Parts: sequence; structure tokens; C-alpha cells
Amino acid sequence: MQSDQAAKMSSLGLSAWYDQKQALDNVTIQMRTNSITAIIGPSGCGKSTYIRTLNRMHELIPRATVTGQVLLDKEDIYGPGVDPVMIRRRVGMVFQKPNPFPTMSIYDNVAAGLKLTGMKRGRNLDDIVKSSLEQAGLWDEVKDDLKKPGTSVSGGQQQRLCIARAIALQPEVILMDEPCSALDPVATAKIEGLMTTLKEKYTVVVVTHNMQQASRVADYTAFLYLGKLIEYDETTRIFENPKQDLTERYITGKFG
Amino acid sequence: MNSYRLRRFKDRLFSILGLLCVIIAVIPLGSILLEVIVRGAPVINWNFLTQTPGAEGQSVGGIGPSIQGTLILIGLTSLFGIPIGIMSGVFLAEYGHNKFASLMRLFNDVLTEFPSIVAGVTVFLAVVLYFGHFSPLAGSIALSFILIPIVARTTEESIKLVPNSLREASAALGVRRWRTTVSIVIQAAKAGLITGSLLAVARIAGETAPLIMTVLGNSYFFQGFGQPIDALPLRIWRDALQPYPDIQAAGWGAAFVLIAVVLTINIGVRLVARGRHGFGR
Repeated sequence: MQSDQAAKMSSLGLSAWYDQKQALDNVTIQMRTNSITAIIGPSGCGKSTYIRTLNRMHELIPRATVTGQVLLDKEDIYGPGVDPVMIRRRVGMVFQKPNPFPTMSIYDNVAAGLKLTGMKRGRNLDDIVKSSLEQAGLWDEVKDDLKKPGTSVSGGQQQRLCIARAIALQPEVILMDEPCSALDPVATAKIEGLMTTLKEKYTVVVVTHNMQQASRVADYTAFLYLGKLIEYDETTRIFENPKQDLTERYITGKFG
Repeated sequence: MNSYRLRRFKDRLFSILGLLCVIIAVIPLGSILLEVIVRGAPVINWNFLTQTPGAEGQSVGGIGPSIQGTLILIGLTSLFGIPIGIMSGVFLAEYGHNKFASLMRLFNDVLTEFPSIVAGVTVFLAVVLYFGHFSPLAGSIALSFILIPIVARTTEESIKLVPNSLREASAALGVRRWRTTVSIVIQAAKAGLITGSLLAVARIAGETAPLIMTVLGNSYFFQGFGQPIDALPLRIWRDALQPYPDIQAAGWGAAFVLIAVVLTINIGVRLVARGRHGFGR
């Protein structure tokens, strides 16, 4: 495994519960700066739970708990006195289903994060909105419709709008929870292309049930099964020469 | 083929039965409307709407004070009741996953079904006797006993319809909980909140029982917050008890005005709700 890239974020011995039911068991994964880390595994393996622990969204569910550490720049985001709200401003998230705010225009959707967190002071919103939409590859398609509702564009465009909304806060890490599972192949290809440009500025973590997607975009891949980390390595090694028998059986489609 | 005919027959039969039931249900509404329009509309004119009632044995006069009183009561009740109702509903929907909220929800439901005359009696004992006079304030308090639970209930239902994905989207941006509630959730449920509030207002506009023992009713325009005032339902009630045909006619006129007010609010609600994006319409 390469060690020349520093880990932007890493989980150490991370376990997570929903009430009494354990969803993650002692997961340790490093997410390297300016790279894409994919989390793969069959349904119910804990991959969505995992990604939601990385920005402390997991604990918003009643009776959900976490033990272990998640380091962001070597600081434990579960440490005492850490405000989860501030962590979420540094670690952005894109969800499975596009969820733009239906009462807001395209422009306001992108500006929402800055406006609602009070971070817009002394900044030019127009510039930030434009550059966020450009980075999300959406500017040319919506630049004349910025006043239209965020839900008026197509599903694929809505998802890129959500990416622009996350980018506008200038986060350090972007988490994507199966960002293409509600999209058609063309929209999927656009998002995948976008991920590779995003990693130049951000550290990207993507959960996917689509192994081809992981092999196409990810630099590193982690395979989770029944809440446990089975294998984590460079993507090419996971797909070409996995160490674990279970990994091989999963990626060759023998189960899952 | 035979069985197809049978099924088609059953289908038609049930459609016709359904239609019949709707017609039966609409007959009372239609006949009330017709009766009120036929008897009430002829007495409506500018003087009737703006003048005070005539003295005993003289001309019938108008219902100006009753209209003014109803508007004052609706306004006062809304001013205090709607914010309290909406805030309670938001609390129940967004922060109501505990025993205290369940208890509140239960009381709220009980209060919604409460006989409105009891609200009037309660306020009579607690407010009217305490201050020593009937007043618009006492009337508004009694009416808010009816308005607040309705607004709280409809608010809670509208807020619950807002998909959780929006709360998550906002939380993931690092937005604080209260800010998410105010700027995302309430915004998304706004049409529902407006609808619920206006329907509650329409409901209290026609309430009679709570007003009898709180504002009393009289024949004068507004004289101060410490004095009795009149209201349309009270006026209808008093006029209907009179033996004189022309005063009864004035009562029908007042009923016409009241129904017009309530219908306008109801239809207005539909127009506001239509063509709005949002949840809980």
C-alpha cells in the first residue's frame, strides 16, 4: 500500500449500533488526501452506516451510537468538546436520492449552506454560486435558469446541484452515499467524471453497490461484509488480485 | 363474456351508489346555502352592512357592529392563537419524541373535541368574573381554546409530511437544528400551515356558544377592550328569537354575511394552496 499520500481522514476501530443492533464492527480505513476511496459490499453490510459516521450524521438517528475514533487531520471528530455541526461544515455529503430544497431556486440551493450557517458574511455569493456550479459541471446548463426551483431540473442535474450545494461550503472531504443509484447511465457517467475532477481539490469517499463504478473511479477500495472490514487496498489490487477469498467471491459475483 | 358483463354491471352499480351518497351528503349544504341566499340576500345593502341596529319599534337598521365585532374577535384571536398554535405544532412534530409531548398531544386532541360552550363558561369564570366585565379579550381567549388545538394539529401533520431527506440535507451542510426547522422545514410546510390556520379562523368565525358568556353582544360599535361587543353569530341568534318578521329578515341577512365570510376564507384557502410547491397542502 502506498504511504506517500497522507491520510486526510481515517477511522480507527470504529463500531456503530442502532439501539442494540450492531451495524459496524471495528472498522479501520484510511482515506487519503486528494484520492477517491470507494466503500463496497452487499446490501446491509454497513457501508451507508459507515459513511454516515464520517460526518456524524449517524447519531441523528434516535438511539444510534458509535464507538472508536474518526480522525480528520489527526483530530478525533468524536472527541470531547467537538461540535458535530462544525464537522459537517468541513465534511460535505451527497445523498442517494437527489434532495435539493424544493422551496428554493437553483441559486438559493447552492447558497443555502452559506446563508443558513451564517458564513456568507463578507463574501460574494454570486461568485461562490457560479464557481460551485462550474465545479459541479452544471453552470452551462442552468446559468439562465438560476431563479427556477431546484426541483425543476432533471434527476441527474438535481444530483449535480446537490454536489454544487456541498462544494459551496468549501469542505475538505466530500462523502457520497450511492450518488448514482437513482440515476440513468448517462447521468451516472457525468457524476463519475465529476468525481475524478473533484478529487483534485477534495478528498472523496463514495459508497457504491456498483462494483464497476468502484473499479472505474476509485483509487482505493474497502470491502465491507456484515459490518466488518474484509479487505482494503488499492482498487486495482482489490479487483485484480484480492487477498481474501470472500472479496474475490464478491467481486466475481458469486454472492451479494 | 357473461362474467365480463356481470363485472361491468357491478362496477356501474357501485359508481351510481357512490354518486347517490355524494348527492345525499351535499343536499343539506345546498339547501342551507339556498335558504340563506334566498332569505338573506334581499336585505343586503350598504346601510344594512354599516349601520347600527335600530331602536325597539323603529326601523330595523343594520348589522355594522356585528361585522366589526366578528372581525375584531377573529383578528385578536388570530394574533395570539395562530403563533401559539403553530409553535406548538412545530414542537410536537420536530421535538415531540418524548412522554411530555405525547401527553401534550393527548390534551390537544381532547381540547379539539371539547364542547365549545365549556370554553365559554371557563373563560366567564376565570376572566369575565375576575375583571368584572364582558370584553373582546375574554371572547378571544375563549375562541383561542378552539383555534389553538386545530392549528397545532394541522401544523404538526403538515410538518410531518416534510420528507426527512430535507432535514438530512440541511444537517449535512452543517446547519444548526433550529435553523433547519425555521428555514427548511417550516418553509417547505408553509402552504399547509396557511391552510390550517385559515380553516381554523373560518371555524371560529361561526362559533356562537363561547361568545355568549364572554362578549355578551350589544347594539353598538366597538367601545373599548373592556366593554361588551357584538358578533355575527350572536346577532343571528338574537334576531332569530325575535317575533318580528323584519328583525328575523335582518337575522337572515347576518347569516348570509357570515356564510359569505366563511366561504370566502375556505375558497381563499384552496386558491392559496393550489399552485404552490410544498408539502401538506
